[in-house]
Amino acid sequence: MSEEERDTQHLPAPSLWPIGFAVGVACILVGLVISVPALIVGAVIALVFGFLWVRDLMRAHPVTAAAPGAPAAAPVVTHADVGDNVDRATFLSLATIGVSGLIGAGVTLPVLGFGVLPSFVGDGVETHDVDLGPITNFPEGQYMIATYLENPEQGEVSRRTAFIRNNGSTDAGVPSFTAIFSRCVHLGCPVQPNGPIDEQAKQEVNGVELLPVLAASFGCPCHGGLYDSEGNRSAGPPVRSLDRYEFSIKDGNLILGRLFSVGHVEGVGATARIQKYYMAYPGVHVDGIESWLYPIPTPGSTG
Amino acid sequence: MAATARRQQLQDVALAPLDWVEERSGLVGYTKWFLFRKVPRDITWSQTLGSAALTAFIVQATTGVFLAMFYKPDPVNAYASIQSITEDVTLGWLVRGMHKWGASVFIILMFFHMARAFLFGAYKYPRELNWILGVLLLVSGMAEGFTGYLLPWDNTSYWATVVGININATGPFVGPFLAQFLQGGLSIGPDTLPKFYALHMLVLPGAIMALIGLHLYLVVRLGVSSPPWSRSAAGRERPEAAAGRDGVGEPTTEGESA
Ligand code: HEM
Ligand code: FES
Repeated sequence: MSEEERDTQHLPAPSLWPIGFAVGVACILVGLVISVPALIVGAVIALVFGFLWVRDLMRAHPVTAAAPGAPAAAPVVTHADVGDNVDRATFLSLATIGVSGLIGAGVTLPVLGFGVLPSFVGDGVETHDVDLGPITNFPEGQYMIATYLENPEQGEVSRRTAFIRNNGSTDAGVPSFTAIFSRCVHLGCPVQPNGPIDEQAKQEVNGVELLPVLAASFGCPCHGGLYDSEGNRSAGPPVRSLDRYEFSIKDGNLILGRLFSVGHVEGVGATARIQKYYMAYPGVHVDGIESWLYPIPTPGSTG
Repeated sequence: MAATARRQQLQDVALAPLDWVEERSGLVGYTKWFLFRKVPRDITWSQTLGSAALTAFIVQATTGVFLAMFYKPDPVNAYASIQSITEDVTLGWLVRGMHKWGASVFIILMFFHMARAFLFGAYKYPRELNWILGVLLLVSGMAEGFTGYLLPWDNTSYWATVVGININATGPFVGPFLAQFLQGGLSIGPDTLPKFYALHMLVLPGAIMALIGLHLYLVVRLGVSSPPWSRSAAGRERPEAAAGRDGVGEPTTEGESA
């Protein structure tokens, strides 16, 4: 090999056949594991493209044919041959970037999904029915403060407070309760009943603490939100009425079910008309023009 | 003569380790170049506020690492572990105090530093990008404060975080999802505390360190801006400056190379 030859680049012509060859090899490997026909197809693909590739290599290597001392025209010729501006270096750097990008995405996307998606599909949002005990514990026309663990497995962190009032029965003769959730619909502080609490009459029924209170209104300690006896806002920053529970009566026991949000309550007690919405976060408008800002129901709130 | 030779010898021995490092990494040279780069002559003390914020952050990072060795991020043990750090662990009260008060110091210094950059017009060309990085630092710093506040798991931190999360929930369109992401459910639950802890001690500090790196890179690359009353104008030579009476000899956009 002459000096000149050693100094010139010995570039094989760019060729697309190796891609087919690689596909063939991949097919062989997959075939080895799962099926013989795939293996045969892979072998054929690899052979055909391998042959084409080798033929390409043999053809486009004119450097050896150049006379000693001739200008290093060979690489230029091969470029012109293919009529392509993507040279080897560009191809390699693009390939490196592409492959790194793929690896990066392969690592990042699952992790990001794991970190973020659970909140969008309502993971870990479940409704637990809560048994508040016999309805006879709830004197008609009076609020009871019921404190309970929503999910005993989670412990204290799931302690919640509800205000329950027995309204007697509706005109249709169905028992009626007002079951208000104590979470303030301004920003979530614990709303307190305004009125004397009868500590003496405290009772404990399967893990639920019941305390009678003479409440004509509810107040929030955080920013002075004030609600009337039906949970409608009467003063302060809250944007809707207090949230309520669906309830049912099983074997004479009062069962609290799913929470829902309330736009407004008209009327009182058994004859009240309640504008019911999917449970929304505090501070979120459920009605009026502002509710347009929250078009998608909170994941997990729709049941 | 003998005395100076002896001195020279001692000096060489003392500096030998540094030379060893320098020869293999060039780090000593880089550090010197970084520390002794040129800054405007009429620079003021207010321009040390950035370094002050950096120091506060380093204090937070250091004390935080050691608090993490005693803190237990779950709803049952968190409060008790904080009590034990304060009352039982030797010097625990001090390290916790440094972290707790240092948090406010860090935020306040960031605001002072930002005010300085604003009042000096240091956000203008070519430093807009550094202002943007600064805004990201400010947001990350506040998020550090928010996530850290929940960790003592007492009534103040619990209800403050309830309110904070629900403020996030009122954001249009994405608010409810953001709240759900933060607390891992419809309300604060057993997953909330570990999540806040991970954000507070891994995600956000990592982001802040990376941002500080970029921030300082730009400070060095662009040079520190002179005060608005400076007589040497940036990017343009003035007679006084050329005469070397005021400011750096040659104001250029790459101040450090001047
Ligand atoms: C973790 C918080 C931060 C750290 C550690 C930090 C650090 C620094 C340091 C050491 C400097 C060098 C000059 C000086 O001290 O004034 C600097 C410059 C600068 N910082 Fe920050 N910074 C932080 C946050 C911010 C914030 C919140 C802003 C504004 C939104 C900001 C905007 C700037 C600008 C525009 C400069 C260039 C000033 C000049 O060239 O005169 N930084 N920063
Ligand atoms: S949280 Fe009740 S008034 Fe603000």
